[in-house]
Amino acid sequence: MRKVATVLSLLGLCLTVLPSVFVFYGLLSWNAHARLAFAGMLLWFVFAPLWMHKQTETRSAGTETR
Amino acid sequence: MNPDEKTRLVRKLDALYEFDREPVAKDKLQGLGNFIGMYAGEHVAGTEFVIGPLFVVHGVTAPDLFLGLIVGNILAVLSWVFLTAPIALRTRLTLYWQLRRICGPYLTAIYSIVNALMFCFLAGAMIAVSATAVGLPFKMPMPGLNDMLPNSISWIVVVFLVGGTVTSLAILGFEKFSHFSKVCSPWMFLVFVAAGLAVLPKLGCTTFGDFWRVANEKIWTGVPVAGQSKFTFWHVMFFAWFCNMAMHIGMADMSILRYARKWYYGFASAFGMFFGHFVAWICSGILCAAAAGAIAPGPIAYMGVGVAGAVCVVVAGWTTANPTLYRAGLAFQVATPDWKRWKVTLAAGLVTTLAACFPALVMKLLDFVAWYGLILMPMGAIIFADFWLLPRLGLKPNYAELTGTPFSLAAGISWIVTLGVALLLPLEIFFKGLPGWFIAVILYLVLSSIEQNKLKNIKTPAEG
Repeated sequence: MRKVATVLSLLGLCLTVLPSVFVFYGLLSWNAHARLAFAGMLLWFVFAPLWMHKQTETRSAGTETR
Repeated sequence: MNPDEKTRLVRKLDALYEFDREPVAKDKLQGLGNFIGMYAGEHVAGTEFVIGPLFVVHGVTAPDLFLGLIVGNILAVLSWVFLTAPIALRTRLTLYWQLRRICGPYLTAIYSIVNALMFCFLAGAMIAVSATAVGLPFKMPMPGLNDMLPNSISWIVVVFLVGGTVTSLAILGFEKFSHFSKVCSPWMFLVFVAAGLAVLPKLGCTTFGDFWRVANEKIWTGVPVAGQSKFTFWHVMFFAWFCNMAMHIGMADMSILRYARKWYYGFASAFGMFFGHFVAWICSGILCAAAAGAIAPGPIAYMGVGVAGAVCVVVAGWTTANPTLYRAGLAFQVATPDWKRWKVTLAAGLVTTLAACFPALVMKLLDFVAWYGLILMPMGAIIFADFWLLPRLGLKPNYAELTGTPFSLAAGISWIVTLGVALLLPLEIFFKGLPGWFIAVILYLVLSSIEQNKLKNIKTPAEG
C-alpha cells in the first residue's frame, strides 16, 4: 500500500510540472495543463500524507512532545 | 458545551504545552529531514508570490537580480549556520529564555512583545496573500498596489476565515505544522516552476535559449513602475540576505534549531533560500511580467496553473504563517507567564488576522520585512556578543541571571541606541542592518564592561 501511495503521489508531482514544459514548447494547451495540474494536486494531497506521515512517524518515534 | 466538557477541552489544549521554558531534552531532538521540510515549506511561501513581482515593479535588471539573489542567499545560509545554530545547540533554549538570562525578565518582556507583534504582522501578510486566492471564486475585488485599507467587506470576511484556520493549526504545535509543511513543500515548489514555465510563451519565450533575452527585455527590464524607487544589485543582495534577518542574525530561529542534533543542520536553510528565495522569486517575477505588472498573488498564480495555482497560494500562505504564529505564541508566553501556549497563540492569531485586513502589509512588504529585521536584529547581536565575546574579554555572560537584575541596562541601551543610530544613518532601510549589527556589538561590549565593574567580586555558579 505504501509503495502504491508513493508512486501515485509522485505521479501527482509529474502531472503538476511536466505539462507546463509541454505548454512552454507549444505542445499542449494551457487549459489541458491546468486540468492536469489540478489532477496532480489531488493525487499528491491524497497519497503523499500516507507515506510521508509514516516516514516521519518512524523517524521521530519517541520524540513526540505530547 | 457543559462545564465538564469545557474543562476537558482546556485540559486537552493544556496538554499541548511543549518544552518552551527548558533546554530541549536529548530524546526530543529531531532529524535533518524535519528541518529541511520546515525551511523549504516556510520559505516557499505565499509572500514569494509578492516579493518576486515587487522586484519587477522596482525595475531590477536581470543580471542584478540573478547575481544579487545568489550572493544574498549564500550569506543568509551562512548566517544560520555560523551565527544561529552554534548558540542554539549549546544552549538548547528559545531566543526568549536565552535573552532572559542576558537581559532580565523586564527587558525580555518588552522585547518579546515587540517581537510577537512583528511576527503577527508577518503572519498577517501571509494570511492576506492566502486570502487573495480564497476570494477568487467569489469574485472578490483584489487589493491594488496603492491600496492601504480594506477595500471590501468580502475581503475582511475571507481574511477572518483564513486567519481562523491558520491559528488553529499553529495551536497544534511544532510537530503538527512540521508534518503539514513537509507534505506541502515539494508540490508548492513545483507549482511555482510550472506557473513560470507555462506563462513564458506569453512573453515570447518558447525555448530556453530565448530566456535571457526575454528576461532582459520583458521581465527585469531595469525600468521601475512610475512612483517606485529603482533597485540595484545591492538592493537585491541585501534584501535576500536580510529578509530573514530576525531569524538568523536576530537569533529567532534558536527556537527551531534548538531541536537540531548537529550544528550543520543550519544548512537545511539552503533548501528554503534556493527553492524559495531564488527559483520561486524568479517564477513569480515572470508571472508578474506576464500579467502586465499585476501583483495580487491569487490571480497571477491562477493565470499560471489554474485552480492548482490558487490552491498553492493558500497553502503557501498557511505553511509560513503557521511557524510564524507559533513563534509569536512563544514570545507572548514569556510576557504572560501564567498563560498556556495555546491561549497566547489564540490571542496572537486574533492580532494577526486583524493586521491581515490591511492590504498595506502586502503592498509594502519589502519595506516591512526590512524594518522587521532591523528592529529585532540588535538583540541577536547582543546574544552573539554575550555568548562568544564577553568571556574572551574577561567579562561574565548572562549578566541578569548572575546578578538577579530584572533589566540589563547594557542590553537595553544597546538595543535602543543601535536603532536610533541606524535610523539616522543616511542609508536606505535595506542597508542599515549591517552597520547596525556592528554598532550593537560594540555598544554592548563597552556598556557591559562599565556595568560589570560592579561585579568584580562576584563568582559565577560554575566557578563555585
